[in-house]
Amino acid sequence: MHNTINTINTINTIQPELTSKVIKEKVKKNIVVDVKNLAAYFGKTKVLKEINLPVPRNKILAIIGPSGCGKSTFLRCINRMHEVVGGTMTGEILFDGKHIMKYDPVQLRRKIGMVFQKPNPFPTMSIFNNVVAGLRLNGVRNKKKLSVIVEQSLKQVALWDEVKDSLQDSGINISGGQQQRLCIARAIAVQPEVILMDEPASALDPISTAKIEELLYELKKNYTIVIVTHNMQQAARVSDLTAFLYMGELIEFDKTSKIFTNPALKQTEDYISGRFG
Amino acid sequence: MFYKSQLKYKSKTKKKNYFNRLVEAGNWGDLIFERLTQFFALLVFLLVILIGYEMYSGSRLSIQKFGWQFLVTSTWDPVKEIFGALPAIYGTLVSSFLALMISLPLGLGVAIFLSELSPGWLEKPLSFLTELLAGIPSVVYGLWGIFVLVPWLRISVEPFLNKHFGYLPFFRGAPYGFGMLAAALILAIMILPIISSISRDILRSVPDSQREAAFALGATRWEVIKIVLADSRSGILGATMLALGRAIGETMAVTMVIGNRALISPSLFDPGYTMASIIANEFTEASSDLYLSALIELALVLFVITIIINMAARLMVWRMDRKWETVK
Repeated sequence: MHNTINTINTINTIQPELTSKVIKEKVKKNIVVDVKNLAAYFGKTKVLKEINLPVPRNKILAIIGPSGCGKSTFLRCINRMHEVVGGTMTGEILFDGKHIMKYDPVQLRRKIGMVFQKPNPFPTMSIFNNVVAGLRLNGVRNKKKLSVIVEQSLKQVALWDEVKDSLQDSGINISGGQQQRLCIARAIAVQPEVILMDEPASALDPISTAKIEELLYELKKNYTIVIVTHNMQQAARVSDLTAFLYMGELIEFDKTSKIFTNPALKQTEDYISGRFG
Repeated sequence: MFYKSQLKYKSKTKKKNYFNRLVEAGNWGDLIFERLTQFFALLVFLLVILIGYEMYSGSRLSIQKFGWQFLVTSTWDPVKEIFGALPAIYGTLVSSFLALMISLPLGLGVAIFLSELSPGWLEKPLSFLTELLAGIPSVVYGLWGIFVLVPWLRISVEPFLNKHFGYLPFFRGAPYGFGMLAAALILAIMILPIISSISRDILRSVPDSQREAAFALGATRWEVIKIVLADSRSGILGATMLALGRAIGETMAVTMVIGNRALISPSLFDPGYTMASIIANEFTEASSDLYLSALIELALVLFVITIIINMAARLMVWRMDRKWETVK
């Protein structure tokens, strides 16, 4: 966000003759998911209240907030998983400039991957088949291509060396941390633009958590990541931007360094310093 | 090995401590209660063994006379006292498998609809109705079979099948109505609630995280269902076997519509016999010791087959239940 603004400033100083239209185009290009006035409901209960939040490309956005503040719902709105569990939403979410409701949900989810809190590999599939599950759904059948992608994806999540000799074993016979990395590999195998992560490390031990965090740095080069986390240190360590949600409202959104050192609002400061939530 | 023995040792000491503690605390009520329930649980086990033994000793006469021939010859002649169970075994297995072939796709469809697709308000009444089918007494099914199903088969279905598929051996011969087809159809209806309700529970036992994983990968609803089905295939197989066990042992309704003739015929229009219906029909008429003994041996065969099928089925359902513990 701020980088984007910096970019605009730079453009303005170097080429002041540029029209605002060009600038807007530039900004638009850098924002991969743009959330405008988003409200989400379960039945009549409003769980998200008018959220405005742009997500810039190739950044990690962390969403923090106490339990039940709507973090997961926010994430699930972006890839339209919210409606799978019977929720509704109003407002706009633009993905690559187009309203997500105008996408086929199946196509949208192939571009916006998701990793869940608990590792959920498919137990009846081998490790290999787990990684390519999304590709198979897309109709990729070429075996050579599949095995290339399996190797790539598993290498990206640093799991290749651990499982390369047991690719045909079941996806649930590996440790929890490995399972979660397998799930990340499964999500990136389809080459999405955005990866949504819903507390991806909360069910894991510290070593596996560290591995996942390292992984996030690597993934940032190719993907945009939105990560929900309960762990404040984790948010501070891995993210570029942080959004603080409370009771379904977006309280503060800024650079992570700013949020964690000098938040604008007292509420944010209280939450970060552990005074409530 | 070491680990196993250790485990055994541990559990033993734990139990001993538990009882000791009860005695020391003077908690005789708990102790007596525990012993009593233990006794009842063992009683069930004992009962099964006793039934098996009784049938074996009751059928000794027939086993001595016919040996293994009993299972593979097809004459059932009480007058000359020659007994071969093959037509009955054939009739039992064929009618049950046919019923399964009809009922499995239907039951699975019901289960998929109930657990994956139906809106909440429809699910409860629909589940209740399918389970209600299981509560209807068998003789009522039989009566319905005689007055509705059999005439319908005789007048419309069998002539139609004969006309259009008569080149197949299954659809030849006179359309009696009573026969293998009627028995298979009525069995199919009777086992439908078993297949659908157990399969529904199995499908529901697949955690939602699996469905979400599939949805998030961009699976369509049908693709999600395919993954859920793959996850639960062993459980569904178990449900199918339980239904098979029920179909094999079903007596009354089948006896009322199958035609009751010891006959092995490829045609589904022809009458047949099942082990259960022979026993039900002829037990009161068994005039000689050998006749009675042959009927009891028939019961023994039925007993063994159903026990094996039920055990295999339970095993599969259990394995299914346990599987999720590692994922959950």
